[in-house]
Amino acid sequence: MHRPAHDRGGWPTDERIDRTEHELADWEVLTDALVGALGERGVMNVDELRRGIESMPPDEYERASYYERWLFAAETILTEKGILAPGELDRRLSA
Amino acid sequence: MTHDHDHDHAPITNGDEPPAAARAGALESLLVEKGVIRPETVRENVDWLVSRTSADGARLVARAWVDAEFKQRLLADARAAAVEVGLSPGPAPVLVAVENTERVHHLVVCTLCSCYPRGLLGPPPAWYKSLPYRSRAVADPRGVLEEFGVHVGDDVEVRVLDSTAEMRYLVLPRRPPGTERMTEEELTSLVTRDSMIGVAQPAAPATVG
Amino acid sequence: MTYAAGHRVRVADRTHVGHHRTPAYLKGRCGTVVRVHGAFPNPETRAYGDDGMPARRLYLVGFEHRDVWPGYGGRHTDRFYADIFEHWLEDAE
Repeated sequence: MHRPAHDRGGWPTDERIDRTEHELADWEVLTDALVGALGERGVMNVDELRRGIESMPPDEYERASYYERWLFAAETILTEKGILAPGELDRRLSA
Repeated sequence: MTHDHDHDHAPITNGDEPPAAARAGALESLLVEKGVIRPETVRENVDWLVSRTSADGARLVARAWVDAEFKQRLLADARAAAVEVGLSPGPAPVLVAVENTERVHHLVVCTLCSCYPRGLLGPPPAWYKSLPYRSRAVADPRGVLEEFGVHVGDDVEVRVLDSTAEMRYLVLPRRPPGTERMTEEELTSLVTRDSMIGVAQPAAPATVG
Repeated sequence: MTYAAGHRVRVADRTHVGHHRTPAYLKGRCGTVVRVHGAFPNPETRAYGDDGMPARRLYLVGFEHRDVWPGYGGRHTDRFYADIFEHWLEDAE
């Protein structure tokens, strides 16, 4: 059975668990807060967030950091809903 | 952690930050400009997030250690027990406390993402969200526990809880021996975040200054 | 079908395209209902903007290691638990 990249229980790995503590960067806290605000407004619920994360191409999913996945998901879902125009975030960044 | 929040600037990029930092800032600006979210809401959420630590969970555990009837209420309904001691456990729909005993040791994971009782423990540690933890906690829990420095004897049953739905699990670790004369306040300092996930035992009394 | 604590169940082994919260390592596995959690909105439809109603019953299901991991190296009494929706469970009695 094809297993999507997020469905990780029992995924073959010998990798040790990196137990280094990482304080969240400001942008990570901001991302979390944005997603929370979208949820409170009824714009994007947590299941949509998860679906957005799960839609990442597998290699991107594995490479991305945790909150990079959240940003990808938020942009995907918001674009799907027409709240963001396709590529609008990229255009804002290069403006 | 400081967090300045001025919404009148263009996204700031900084050579030390990953591209995602600018992306998050730009997303915030766009959403505020479009009236989709309010900056006050974002600020409130930031404040709530940075205020969350495992101290709230530790209070529940310490109370359960000194008060057997409270412990039963905690095991029956963790949210109600949290509210009873004046905590605000946050938006997780269902909080469930599970008790370690001399016969049973619990370990909590979310194999599908990172579900975690943030309202009681604060943000999850990076390793909890990592791919190897999510993979190995269910496949080889004793190996994971050894890696974290926890040896669970052969006579102890390991129970792995995969948080696949609405429930957020909090482990009620065993009260360490030699703590009979400690106050509830002193006991809270022994209850570590990791002991409430199940990858550690609580601190021993001699280690607390 | 509605289940009660103690009921032997099997997790459906079906391919579901789209968001769902039944992990692959448990699909097709047999376990026992430990707790009946009540009914919750269905995340599979909420993930596409629906309200997730009607609510679906959710169960805490416990699994023995031998029913999940062939060749498991831990203790025979070790257990695995997950919260599984009713529409992902089949009667295994």
